[in-house]
Amino acid sequence: MFITSSLATFGRYCLFLKRVFSIPDRWSATAKRTLAEIFKLGIDSIPLVLIISIFIGGVIAIQMQLNIASPLIPAYSVGLATREIILLEFSNSILCLILAGKVGSNIASEIGTMRVTEQIDALEIMGINSANYLVLPKVIAFVCFMPVLAILCMATSIFGGWLVAVFTDLITVSKYVYGLQAFFNEWYVWYGLIKSLVFAFIIATTASFFGYNVRGGALDVGKASTDGVVTSSIFILLFDLILTKLLLQ
Amino acid sequence: MIELRNLTKSFDGRTVLHNIDATFYTGKTNLIIGQSGSGKTVLMKSLVGLITPDSGEILFDGRNVLAMNREQTAQLHQEIGMLFQGSALFDSETVLGNVMFPLVMFTNKSKAEIRERAMFCLERVNLLGAENKYPSEISGGMQKRVAIARAIALNPKYLFCDEPNSGLDPKTSIIIDELLSDITHEYGITTVINTHDMNSVLGIGENIIFINKGHREWVGDMSKIYNTANEALNDFVFATHLFQEVRRYVAETGRPNPKAK
Repeated sequence: MFITSSLATFGRYCLFLKRVFSIPDRWSATAKRTLAEIFKLGIDSIPLVLIISIFIGGVIAIQMQLNIASPLIPAYSVGLATREIILLEFSNSILCLILAGKVGSNIASEIGTMRVTEQIDALEIMGINSANYLVLPKVIAFVCFMPVLAILCMATSIFGGWLVAVFTDLITVSKYVYGLQAFFNEWYVWYGLIKSLVFAFIIATTASFFGYNVRGGALDVGKASTDGVVTSSIFILLFDLILTKLLLQ
Repeated sequence: MIELRNLTKSFDGRTVLHNIDATFYTGKTNLIIGQSGSGKTVLMKSLVGLITPDSGEILFDGRNVLAMNREQTAQLHQEIGMLFQGSALFDSETVLGNVMFPLVMFTNKSKAEIRERAMFCLERVNLLGAENKYPSEISGGMQKRVAIARAIALNPKYLFCDEPNSGLDPKTSIIIDELLSDITHEYGITTVINTHDMNSVLGIGENIIFINKGHREWVGDMSKIYNTANEALNDFVFATHLFQEVRRYVAETGRPNPKAK
């Protein structure tokens, strides 16, 4: 029963994507909406990303120092381990799990409210492909802006670790900076960015799908918002595993 | 003119519309009336293409909607204006933005021409001065008028209104009814109004279709409704003491409306 209903939902999701990725009725309207969505979904998320990144970067540096403090392990390992954790997992997977809550619920509740207040029906009756008109700009905007957020997250988290080195005596700044530069593998940055693109797509399309298919009233919009966040979080974790296997092994 | 032939629709084995035959005339206010749950909303949604009927034909000036391809349907939708029960205005757009929206999407006019047309529509519904407000900043009656202005922006051939008076006070309801009636006659639109507001039925109903339990029970105009022998229609229209008095007045004086010309 669970398998058949899941397959049916996945089928509906695929049909929904087909409608989303059709040719827009008016490119100029799509471009204008995409720009607005970049501000709403991307630029408005920057403060959250900066705050989370600076604190988590600091916390990672402290925990690395406390956990790997050993005369057998060089002191610069703290910087190296902090960098690897940030590049490989925090700046993409963990950040996207956080953004699934903020951006995903925003998208699902906005589209869901439009559904229950008949605004989507109004678009359909005008002859507009509502899925394409409403969702495509969100997907383009968020997927395009996600690498910017991921890079900001990388830089700010590393800066957070540097602040720990500056203001505590856990590790010297020179050792931390040396560790950041040691054994650097450029591919890890690309790996993180690729993952962030995939996760951004998952968040935008999954949340839109749940919002678009709301039936009922305000309670159902809330439920759709929650379902959108939970489902996109699960898919982020699943694709994290798949992409890590594909890209790092 | 819109014609329905043997329209049937079921949900989960329960038939909601049974072989509905009806005609909605051009230049007239056509009313679909019936109790809650009678199937009139399903009928309206079938007409505008939000629900696909199981069988039957829907002919818009002879064009069968159910046999149209996607392009033809999209073209037809541009000939349709719709007023929703909750107005369905776009929250993120101003009043002017809402009225300009269909013009921006479907015409190649310049920005100035689009603005001029939108202002004309707003003037037609007496809303000049409110163009920069957002839907949340105006009253329910004003929202309905904005929705009417948006619906007529593209000069539609067909205008559909789903319960246009719901949530409005009686005075505002009359203003909306008169506006819809005036627009219908002025532009020669085929207007279909889904309502259970008896003031509308007795005030602007030029072609009334009564739906009861998914069946078309009665067809006529507002003058014939006073003398109908249909029991279900009588129970529905003259359910309140006020309208029973109105019917008694009509029977005594022969005038359907004290203000009737």
